[in-house]
This record gives sequence, C-alpha cells and structure tokens, in this order.
Amino acid sequence: MNPMAAAMTDAVFALTLALLLLAPLAIAGVALINTGLGRSRSAAQALLGNLAILAVAAIVFAVVGAALAGTPGGGGHIFQLGGKAWNWLGAGPWLLGGLSAMPAQAQLGLLFEILAVALAAMVPWGSGMDRWQLTAGCAATAVTAGIVFPLAAHWVWNGGWLAQLGVNFGLGAGFLDGGGAATVHLLGGMGALVVIWIAGPRRGKFPREGLATAMPGHNTAYVLFGCLLALVGWLAWNTAGAVLWLHAPLTALPVVAVNTLLAGSGAVAATFAVTRIRFGKPDASLCANGWLAGLVASSGCAGLVTPGESILVGLIAGIATPLLVEVLELALSIDDPSGAITVHAAGGLLGLLAAGLFARQAGQLMAQLVGISALLGLLLPLVYLLFWLLNRFVPFRADADGERIGMDLHELGGGAYPEFVIHRDESYR
Amino acid sequence: MKYAGLLVMPAGFFLSITALLLFQAPVERAAFVVCGLAVEAMGLAVAVRGHMEARGEGRP
Repeated sequence: MNPMAAAMTDAVFALTLALLLLAPLAIAGVALINTGLGRSRSAAQALLGNLAILAVAAIVFAVVGAALAGTPGGGGHIFQLGGKAWNWLGAGPWLLGGLSAMPAQAQLGLLFEILAVALAAMVPWGSGMDRWQLTAGCAATAVTAGIVFPLAAHWVWNGGWLAQLGVNFGLGAGFLDGGGAATVHLLGGMGALVVIWIAGPRRGKFPREGLATAMPGHNTAYVLFGCLLALVGWLAWNTAGAVLWLHAPLTALPVVAVNTLLAGSGAVAATFAVTRIRFGKPDASLCANGWLAGLVASSGCAGLVTPGESILVGLIAGIATPLLVEVLELALSIDDPSGAITVHAAGGLLGLLAAGLFARQAGQLMAQLVGISALLGLLLPLVYLLFWLLNRFVPFRADADGERIGMDLHELGGGAYPEFVIHRDESYR
Repeated sequence: MKYAGLLVMPAGFFLSITALLLFQAPVERAAFVVCGLAVEAMGLAVAVRGHMEARGEGRP
C-alpha cells in the first residue's frame, strides 16, 4: 500500500504526535543505562556525551541527513537494474525546507527519524565509555546522522529499495521494521562494535595473563531506573512506528503495546532465571540488559506478531543476552561496558528475524533476510571505513593519563560526584 | 586480516542481490540469500579474529 495514498485523519495525527512526544523517554532511559554501567569517574562525561550526541544528531540530520533520507512517497535517486527500479537515495529538501507544507505523515516521519538517529548514535557512546573522547563521539555522531542513518532510513522507511522488495520481487510486504530494530538498533550496535575495535578495550580490562578483569557499572539504580523509563519510551516508539511505517489501524495499537511489554517481560524473566542458575543469584545489570534486549527485539516485530509469539521472542532474547555478553567478553576480547552489541545488534537481529518467521505473508522471511544482508554487508564496512578515517583526524581514544584519572576530570575538569572519596583502582595490575 | 574480513562482507551482500535478480524460484533465491549471509558471517568472524590478534600484541 502506498503510504501516502490514505490521508492521515486528525485523530491519528494527534495520537501519533502525542506518542512521539513521549518517545524521548526511551532516549533518556538508554542515557541513564549507559551512564550507570560506566565508572563513577566518567559519569558526568557519559551523561553530557548523551546530551551532546542528541543535539549533534538532531542538527546534522536536519541540515543534511533528512535530504538524503527523503520522505515516504517523496522523490529518490533511482537506477534501473534487471528491469526493476532501485531507489537507493532520498531526494528531500535540504535543511528541512518546506516542512510545514509537507503531508502530515511526512512531518511525523521526520520527527520520528530525528529521534531515531539520536538513539542510533547514542548506542555506540555506551560502548566506548571510559575511553572515548567527547569530541570524537560528536564527530562520529555527525557521520552517522549525515551519511549512514539516512541511507538506512531511506531504504527501509521512505520507499527505498528494501521497502520495495514486495512490489519488485514479490517478497511479502517488503522489508518491515516498525520500531527501528534495523535502522536504530542494528545500526547502533554495529557502530558500537566498530568503536570498540577502533578505540580498543579499557586499560587493564584484558591483562596479558589470566581472565578479563571485571569492571562493574558504578550505579545499578541508574541502570534499573533507566529500564523503567525506557519502557514508556519504547511503548510510544513502537506504537508510533506501527502507525507510520506499518500503517497499522488504531485498533491494532493496543496489541503492539502489549507485545512490547510482553517481549521485555519475557526477556527479563529469562535473564533473571539464567543468571540465577549460573551465578546462584540474579545479576542486576545483566537483567537490565535482558530487559532492554527484549524491548529492542520488540521494535522489530511488535506490530507483526501475536502476544504469545512476543513472549517467545522475549524469552529467546533473555536467554541469549547473558550468554552472548560472556562470549563477547571472555572468548572474543570485546570490551563493551554497556552491552550494546548484545542488546542492540543481536536484539535487533532477533526482532527482524521474528518478524519474518511469524509473518502471515509468503516471502516475508526472505525480505527480512535480504534487509539484514544489506545492513550487515554494506553498512558495517561503510561505518568502519568512515570511523577509521575519522579516527585519523579526531582520535577516538583518550590518552593513558586521561583514562587513569577518569574522563570527567580529563575532559570536564570536575567529577560527577565531587564529595565522593576516590579509592585506588584495583583493576590496574 | 581485520580488513580482509570487512572486504569480504560486501561480497555476501552482492550474492544476496544477485539471487533476487537471477532467480525466480523461492528455493533457489533462499539458498543464495542464505549463502550471502554465510559469506557475511565468515567475513565478520575473520574481522573479529583479526582485531583480537591485533589487540593481543598491545596488552598491558
């Protein structure tokens, strides 16, 4: 169905706008989780970084990115191959020109995308905590918001070639991503992996001999409160996305919200059980990661599955999360303080696959697989290339002294908790 | 080696796209798309391995 074919009624417009005004709570939740999972000596820099990234992402996307992302039903740069039209890049107005004159759906879509690009850029920030410099984080955000995210958003949401897989090749309804599992979470998770590769692990994390050093987050209360905050944002995000990108009727929205909640609940229950069995006691930060992984998975499939299937997706996400965190850290030497690769990349992949597996339309699974193949095969190397080049001009990693004294003192000149007594760091061997 | 893995990944993507253009039958398409994803997974594994080796040399 052409997204612009059916005009949006006033009621749907008002509801979607209200939902989008609640969606930033997901961003606030992720920011708190990122901060809580880092060290106390870098807490202010982590939270300021989240704010700066939000600002840079919004400005760069408005100035450049929105033109490349295009709008649903808007123009695009198209070439012909094999007798099919391949819409690869949007052709929207620069600087959001003519925004107020755009159709209602296009306006709301752009608001959704501005919030989405901020969250996508915020995900790698959590992974680079305690060593990634603020300037470099903002520069990487500009690259994400100006080049990488617009490509993905156009392909998936704005009538690009992935959205047209159903029309051109008979693959279900084309690649579906109602809540940003691909464009936000998979993209953000891939960015996190690249940042970890380029910046390297925190000093002392992987000593020459022995196991990896445990570096637990400094404030579990932040992390768990962030999870609760994220739930509100996610409910708004997935229901607004279902209206905008899946063209769901109003009567379908309660199911989307229920599915979102059930996926998160199934995931946290599963992670609670797995960590209880493995360690004798449930692990709070892993449970938080499990909860978030369930919500991320729901972003891919909440508008397309039944409540029972949603619980199943959540359970799988919850079981996989603690195991994958362990494999990444212990077997693959990947130092990911916020668990972004597991939560956002793996959770997003799970949600996108579930949308294909449980779809009622023939060929939907194939459409999802082609979409995943495009994001992994093209955008991951592209992100690596861009960040690698960026690192030549704006070094990602703080110097050893900065890392030792903490990013707060190093970059901001003051700590987040000035009245706290600073203890000697036992993790430095 | 870490760059070789990343260079292999787009090859997997082009395999998936080629499947869409060359084949009409769902089974053949599915087989090629899955092969494309397998190539991407292989490239990713090589890239991860390459980064692990590079890191091992610089451990404190």
